[in-house]
Amino acid sequence: MTQEGLARLQFGTMTIYHFLFVPITIGLSFLLAILETRYWRTRKPEDKKVLDFFGRLFLINFAVGVVTGILQEFQFGMNWSNYSRFVGDVFGAPLAVEALAAFFLESTFIGLWVFGWDKLSPRLHTWTMWLVAIGTSLSAFWILTANSFMQEPVGYKIVHGHAEMVNFFALLGNPQLWVEFPHVEVGALSTGAFFVVSISAYFLLFRPEYRDWFLPPFRIGLLVAATGSVLAIVIGHEQAQHLIVAQPMKMAASEALWHTTGLHAAWSVVAFFNPVTHHTWFSLSIPDLLSILAYNRLSGRVLGISELQALYVHRYGPGYYVPPVLVTFWSFRIMVLFGFLMAGVAIWGLVLVYKRRVADRPRYLKIAMWAVGLPLIANIMGWVMTEVGRQPWIVFGLQKTIDGVSPNVSLTEVLITLIGFTVLYAIMGVIEVRLLLKFIRWGPEPPDLEADEAEVASETPSISPF
Amino acid sequence: MSLETLWFAVIAVLFMGYLFLEGFDYGVGMLLPFLGRTDQERRALLATIGPVWDANEVWLITAGGALFAAFPNWYATLFSGFYLGLALLLGGLIVRGVGIEFRSKDRHPAWRRRWDALIAVGSAIPPIVWGLAMGNMLHGVAINAQMNYVGGFLALINPYAVLGAIAAVLLFLLHGALYLDLKAPEALAERAHRWAYPIGIAATVSYFLFVVLSYFYANFVHRLGVDPGPIPIMAGLSMVAIRVFLPGRHRVAAFWAGALTIVLSTASVFLALYPRVMISTLNPRWSLTIYNAASNPYSLKVMTIVAVTVLPIVLAYQAWSYWIFRRRVSFKDTFHY
Repeated sequence: MTQEGLARLQFGTMTIYHFLFVPITIGLSFLLAILETRYWRTRKPEDKKVLDFFGRLFLINFAVGVVTGILQEFQFGMNWSNYSRFVGDVFGAPLAVEALAAFFLESTFIGLWVFGWDKLSPRLHTWTMWLVAIGTSLSAFWILTANSFMQEPVGYKIVHGHAEMVNFFALLGNPQLWVEFPHVEVGALSTGAFFVVSISAYFLLFRPEYRDWFLPPFRIGLLVAATGSVLAIVIGHEQAQHLIVAQPMKMAASEALWHTTGLHAAWSVVAFFNPVTHHTWFSLSIPDLLSILAYNRLSGRVLGISELQALYVHRYGPGYYVPPVLVTFWSFRIMVLFGFLMAGVAIWGLVLVYKRRVADRPRYLKIAMWAVGLPLIANIMGWVMTEVGRQPWIVFGLQKTIDGVSPNVSLTEVLITLIGFTVLYAIMGVIEVRLLLKFIRWGPEPPDLEADEAEVASETPSISPF
Repeated sequence: MSLETLWFAVIAVLFMGYLFLEGFDYGVGMLLPFLGRTDQERRALLATIGPVWDANEVWLITAGGALFAAFPNWYATLFSGFYLGLALLLGGLIVRGVGIEFRSKDRHPAWRRRWDALIAVGSAIPPIVWGLAMGNMLHGVAINAQMNYVGGFLALINPYAVLGAIAAVLLFLLHGALYLDLKAPEALAERAHRWAYPIGIAATVSYFLFVVLSYFYANFVHRLGVDPGPIPIMAGLSMVAIRVFLPGRHRVAAFWAGALTIVLSTASVFLALYPRVMISTLNPRWSLTIYNAASNPYSLKVMTIVAVTVLPIVLAYQAWSYWIFRRRVSFKDTFHY
């Protein structure tokens, strides 16, 4: 494998891992803020215990999200120094603002939230979690501002072979940002909500003593999950329509459209094809649906890969401009399928809650218990489609991925860090999941970990010389 | 003052803030398994940094982001050039971060001991890496005409840089001990206070040894002359002042003298570099300066406006959080970590 290949593999692996935790953090912080706001209204001890319970899970998850996030910021300079030199002028600003305006907010107030229970008034304490939630979402906004520039560069000019920012507000008004950010944000909210729903479902199903405790978070979670999933689908539809204008090649690849369609474009639900020969063995298509999806009307052509390739050669010079079709095609389909399943599970649950039948529907609860996997996979698939579908560009139309790598970093060095971080992340992942499962099993009334330690504290430790 | 100089100063300030604040977190982390003898003591030590360490680390992330935004070439050269060192730094930060969060999530003594050791190692790595980076940046490294470091990893491990790393580790150990003198429960504070003497001596010796060697190895003497100016001198004086304050139990004064040493020493390193940011040993004209490494004026102006608006708010709420947690930690507290 080439250095570029390894560097991409590293970026992909680290980002996918990071993005398993981040949407949970974003969504769960909002849910915690809601639960705490509710707690100070009801003042029921069990509500506090449930809040603390989800708080413990949140912090385990938050820690991994934070530490893997630092690596994300450093990776651009380490593996992609030519890219950094090329776009730093534009791309660096949102990253710096993200740290300044969002990371400080969430990290300062999470400290206040955790340690401030007996130091802050209820109102102030509730605010700290709301500020954490706002901070995490702000962070998503700024990082997606940066990412949108890679998808659809705006507000820049090329001077001496690198991009210079000429209009900051163009970056903020990037049309790509305003389909991408809302989609990611509502997706993240549903992820956090499904996290709460799944865990509450476990308690409703297997721990009847806590049934009344977990009904409120279950209901709130379902409501947020349903709203979020439906919005994610609607905004996702907008995003796809924007893709046709801004990155038609990504659209063509995600549909495996080898050639421009006729006026009535069909949408393949599934298709099995050979990406090299373009031969399709089998496909199941719905007539006209692609035209409807693309333009909200019954007819309209969608450009195909061959035609776009010819167009791009004409525009950008000789080269191969087709992203990996197989990956783009399937990641898109899995994301869409899982998105609809999320909406289905959440709405079904709301109906049951409304009919007050949820407690005696073990089959539904069993499904809901596992439903947290749906958004996690849908999130990853969405990113795979977005980033793999952008290839061979690192900044669409401006710089190719191969030209972005660090020229002075050797293959061996990338390999060392790739293996090192992958092993580290894998171990960390195992520990994190085991801790989460342990704390879930312990439930809202965990054993006191330090019960025996109290005696140790009371006796003053003898002071021995250095 | 030009925008480039302003942003050079901002980067310097961000690193000063990072090393001052995260410095005592690293010190406490390194001292954790040694100073804390019982599990309860170790939890008390972690409680001193518990509410604030995460936000302290954001100073580094902000410095990194600001470096990327204001000086993309500096960011690219530094991060790709010191590749394995930075990978090590990241590994240390990751292990340390999850370690602090995870160590008390299981009561098994082996689990906790193992995490404590990892926290200590993870806290030692950042000062080592930044110390090495400081030595190499002051000396200059093999940077070619395309602004890329081409000297290889092993060239970065030279005696001057290694001494820088040792001095940094000892300085942060001392900083951590002085912080604990202020914040830890009395019995532990007492122990930290006594430990500060031997650590202080070692730190002072290696610190001034590094300063002396800098006259031979660092790339500023021919430009700045022998007299380094007021800031480095004050840095050295405050280093000495720590020793003066310690016996009289002027805990607050000792801590701030240590903090001042770190802040002013960092400032001195940046002053020695200015207006260069990465010195090339291959050809002086290939050095990166604040001019050829910077973003365009528009970008810098935007960033200035953002920084001027947001930074005061950040400083205010961070200061407020320190105010909320101003009290000395006590064994009677419920420890989160």
